[in-house]
Amino acid sequence: MKVLVAVKRVVDYNVKVRVKADNSGVDLANVKMSMNPFCEIAVEEAVRLKEKGVATEIVAVSVGPNAAQEQLRTALALGADRAILVESNDELSSLAIAKALKAIVDKEQPQLVILGKQAIDSDNNQTGQMLAALTGYAQGTFASKVEVAGDKVNVTREIDGGLQTVALNLPAIVTTDLRLNEPRYASLPNIMKAKKKPLDVVTPDALGVSTASTVKTVKVEAPAARSAGVKVKSVAELVEKLKNEAKVI
Amino acid sequence: MAILVIAEHNNGALGAATLNTVAAAQKIGGDIAVLVAGQNVGGVAEAAAKIAGVSKVLVADNAAYAHQLPENVAPLIAELGKGYSHVLAPATTNGKNFLPRVAALLDVDQISEIIDVVSADTFKRPIYAGNAIATVQSSAAVKVITVRGTGFDAAAAEGGSAAVEAVSGPADAGKSAFVGEELAKSDRPELTAAKIVVSGGRGMGNGDNFSILYALADKLGAAVGASRAAVDAGFVPNDMQVGQTGKIVAPQLYIAVGISGAIQHLAGMKDSKVIVAINKDEEAPIFQVADYGLVADLFEAVPELEKAV
Repeated sequence: MKVLVAVKRVVDYNVKVRVKADNSGVDLANVKMSMNPFCEIAVEEAVRLKEKGVATEIVAVSVGPNAAQEQLRTALALGADRAILVESNDELSSLAIAKALKAIVDKEQPQLVILGKQAIDSDNNQTGQMLAALTGYAQGTFASKVEVAGDKVNVTREIDGGLQTVALNLPAIVTTDLRLNEPRYASLPNIMKAKKKPLDVVTPDALGVSTASTVKTVKVEAPAARSAGVKVKSVAELVEKLKNEAKVI
Repeated sequence: MAILVIAEHNNGALGAATLNTVAAAQKIGGDIAVLVAGQNVGGVAEAAAKIAGVSKVLVADNAAYAHQLPENVAPLIAELGKGYSHVLAPATTNGKNFLPRVAALLDVDQISEIIDVVSADTFKRPIYAGNAIATVQSSAAVKVITVRGTGFDAAAAEGGSAAVEAVSGPADAGKSAFVGEELAKSDRPELTAAKIVVSGGRGMGNGDNFSILYALADKLGAAVGASRAAVDAGFVPNDMQVGQTGKIVAPQLYIAVGISGAIQHLAGMKDSKVIVAINKDEEAPIFQVADYGLVADLFEAVPELEKAV
């Protein structure tokens, strides 16, 4: 089966971001960018499905700026067969991205689409579910286990009280949770080979997709800072402070 | 304005997160209806009707909605939602699962995990793991929003007397089926609703050592949480994880034991009223957010703390 994997270029998760002085957003100039960690897990899962003989072709897709080609090359180095970039320099909403991905799904007709459960920049956790709605496919969100069996896929999901398993008809959409797998590193020979793999660039206009949004960001602020705490010397002093100063026990 | 709140429940009991979501709806202002979609949910609907400030409870009782599979409940909510200015759901795994699907069916953007209501169309939400707070404005005809429970004080569970009305929606879409679930059993309070949370990290060393945290938690009437490191190491099940990718908590007192304080963990607990850190590494970042820090070996400090409280 053909598997489509969506990847996003985001600020590296180790970077401590700073809010711009004019409150227009966070400062991303000269900040290290990487593939969103949940997308790495999605790519890894697709590659494992191919290694098991379940998947025959893996197509990596990103919707974002031209620089997102770097993240697509990373996906190719990890085992994707080819890549598609839907290039847009605007900051797109999850719905706009889902619409662009829907256009690619219509064209490529994959049996399984794997996305990360959320991007660590916008923290939205929407795109996979929205793509499922637009395509009319079933969705298996926050997956910690994915098993393809015939024309169905069994997905074990991480829910608030524990785990839940659902059976979805294919084609289906799966979004990855942290424990689904441990992503591999790209080897140097594979990074070199990835440079020769095909990477197509299209625009939302060419796909006939509107990127208009009903939501706009008014301002971005730093969170309220916590006042500096104190170090206590002993457990006795800690208990005394919690009882008499903070009055929480 | 009319607001539709989607109730969180397990078919038997109303989830506490529903009360925080109703509180957010009250802050937006308008007529509040609560939708209970599930199977044999008469008891849940009764509980929802008693929430202060709720004027109407809609009950969709159908085997297709039993496990709130998004393929089945999203079309129901989207159809009902067209008659409202706002559709709100708690930002639980359930709410996060079906509500974006509802938003896409309505062809509007969704606003995730709001922590404050500025006005009926403007909301605050954390981005970048809580390292920035965005104020966003929506021009959508139906504003579809998930609500972070810890951002709003719970609405009173008693005092209302809303009318209960049955509604029906599409039947099973036939795209997905519930196979089974495996729920972690615990007698302690639920993590996201507990007044006190005791959490352990990699410093706990192994799963057995969590027993000293359980003993302390039982003494304090607290819930027990964990950092991602402790979950990934297999010490405890993942539903105990506090952080950006786990649960968001904001208790009165959060005691972090053997947790270094990575930003992903802080995103899940830094709105706690009082934070206590017990760590032998004086340089651990957790001490930068802790109100009270104790540099000590946790295996000595935690049992001593348990005796002292």
